[in-house]
Amino acid sequence: MDLSFSPAEEAFRTELRAWLAANVPSPSLPSGDTAEGFALHLEWERKLFAARYAVVSWPEEFGGRDASLWEWLIFEEEYWLAGAPQRVTQNGIFLLAPTIFEFGTSAQQHAILQKMACGEQTWCQGWSEPNAGSDLAGISSTATRDDADDGWRLNGQKTWTTRGAFCTHLFGLFRTDPSAERHNGMTYLLVDLDQPGITVRGVERLDGDEGFAEVFFDDAFVPDSMVLGEVNKGWGVAMATTGSERGLTLRSPGRFLATAHKLIDLAQQLPHDATPELRDRITQAWIDAQAYRWQTFWTVTKLVEGGHTGPESSMVKVFWSELDVELHEIALDLLGPHAELVDGEFAHWMKGYQFALSGPIYAGTNEIQRNVIAERVLGLPRK
Amino acid sequence: MKFSFTDDQDAFHDAVRDLLAQRCTAAKVRAAWSNRTGRTPDAWSALSEMGVLDALRPESDGGLGLNEVDVIRILEATGRVALPEPIVETMMVAAPLNLASVGQSASVTIPESPLAPWANSTDVVISLAADGLRAHAAAAITCTSRGSVDGARRLFQVALDDVAVASTHVAIAFRRGVLGYAAQLCGLSDTMLALTVEYAKERKQFGVPIGTFQAVKHQLANARIKLEFARPLVYRAAMSLATNDPAASMHTSMAKAVAGDAAMASAKASLQCHGAIGYTTEHDLHLYMKRAWALNAAWGDAAWHRRRISNVLLSDAQ
Repeated sequence: MDLSFSPAEEAFRTELRAWLAANVPSPSLPSGDTAEGFALHLEWERKLFAARYAVVSWPEEFGGRDASLWEWLIFEEEYWLAGAPQRVTQNGIFLLAPTIFEFGTSAQQHAILQKMACGEQTWCQGWSEPNAGSDLAGISSTATRDDADDGWRLNGQKTWTTRGAFCTHLFGLFRTDPSAERHNGMTYLLVDLDQPGITVRGVERLDGDEGFAEVFFDDAFVPDSMVLGEVNKGWGVAMATTGSERGLTLRSPGRFLATAHKLIDLAQQLPHDATPELRDRITQAWIDAQAYRWQTFWTVTKLVEGGHTGPESSMVKVFWSELDVELHEIALDLLGPHAELVDGEFAHWMKGYQFALSGPIYAGTNEIQRNVIAERVLGLPRK
Repeated sequence: MKFSFTDDQDAFHDAVRDLLAQRCTAAKVRAAWSNRTGRTPDAWSALSEMGVLDALRPESDGGLGLNEVDVIRILEATGRVALPEPIVETMMVAAPLNLASVGQSASVTIPESPLAPWANSTDVVISLAADGLRAHAAAAITCTSRGSVDGARRLFQVALDDVAVASTHVAIAFRRGVLGYAAQLCGLSDTMLALTVEYAKERKQFGVPIGTFQAVKHQLANARIKLEFARPLVYRAAMSLATNDPAASMHTSMAKAVAGDAAMASAKASLQCHGAIGYTTEHDLHLYMKRAWALNAAWGDAAWHRRRISNVLLSDAQ
């Protein structure tokens, strides 16, 4: 057991910390889930990319640094601690990219990855449909063979597509074999949203931002070159992506460590409001953020030694999403009558609370995750 | 960074686990409830012969000269079988400081846990307090019996009214004890959840195993999540002690707080999912559940350790 970072890793942290201190925008950018904020966030992404901090864990040829998983975790810790902007490219770089690295052809990797990393292409997820949320295998949008044009014609509707109104591309599952059911006969497609057969309608989210979208497909086209993995084998490809979403790539410990840190600052700022009960909850939440950090180090050691993550990622997803809600609820309790304000110095707590509340819903609701934990970690019977 | 155990550490753990599976079955723990000492002499002598009890004793004093990381999962394994023995007191507190000799057993009291477990059958009784350390031959002191909810865990009020010897070792001995209890609590959680999963697979109601019901699944999943995120903090605290990390005191308190919470949650979910059978003493669950309650309360419960941490974290917010 060795719980220290190497001199090279520490040097990476030091260099990164200095760069962030010099470059993180202040005051912070408006929400990236609005049209104006999204554009400003893309500008920030270009700056990150130019400094080769956009995708540190990727190979150099795609704009990364070939950083180890340890360096990636360090990046996340420093990034969030510095109060740097949300990552509007996240669904591409954290969710789609790992799948492209695993299943994509060399041509796909070269056509997509670098453009995604520098913000030229922005990717949204196309999973949920009006009648398929937690039950993802219930999707009904279709892709029909178009031999004349060497590709597929899309029809149907996707919904709750985060930042769908601002993104250039969408990835998701479509039914390609009408005779197959449930998990079979689906194909993972990469769709250019800028085409006549596609209509995108923004939907205002709980927090007031136009962060959601409905995407309608009316004979939209995807060429064969944009099929990820094998035709009709999309479910397996998609599961690789949802694993990334639940586990360490999308929501690493760094964010929650930073929020816990901010919460302690808030308690110091409002000493008279920090009752013994709130002090206890703050302490527990801080411990939980630390626990997530060390549980991640445990998991990453296993990965580095050649192991892999399995259904444990469901425990991780439940843990961080409920921790995030608790961190924000404590802050609101500390703020008392200031909690409801959506302007002024404390407004980000109510905003953050509303965002945190989406955590137990997205990436597979926590109810579904608990079923997975019970069945696949504990071994309880499905039926 | 390498947050895992070595092959040697794995091998040592596996050997002890296998030994305990033979020598500390549920039936033997149950028998300890009604024997004279509350202990399992077979298991204790086997652990002694293997050198486990002297693992942290310096080699120059006849021990194995190992550290906290080497033994942390062994302690977890003793929790898993609810070993009714003063192993934390002997192995973690007494032996590393030579407060008991090779082959001797020890009981320990601290201000937060003033009752000395198994003190009428140990060789040495040690008191750790802010003013220092006292160590006595058990035969020379008066013990007054007190009842624990865990019938195997015999507790004693001991009169140690002599002057303490100031010692720089009190803090480290305290941390080792806290760590040991934290590890045992993780092992207990594991066993309670395993028993309950087996039961929920077998027990049928409404024509199906009760383990198919989401209300049952989700309770057990919640407890399993708590254990998943408690264990790494326990292992990390072991490393902090082994390397004299300046924050070792914080780390051991974090470990005890989360391990205690996880064990309490596992106990509650396990009882609820067993239903009435779990509410009997005929079923084995109570052996582990009551040990969890006892160990959570001893050496500072979760709330006590969180207060210790918050005094550091929130020093300006009082």
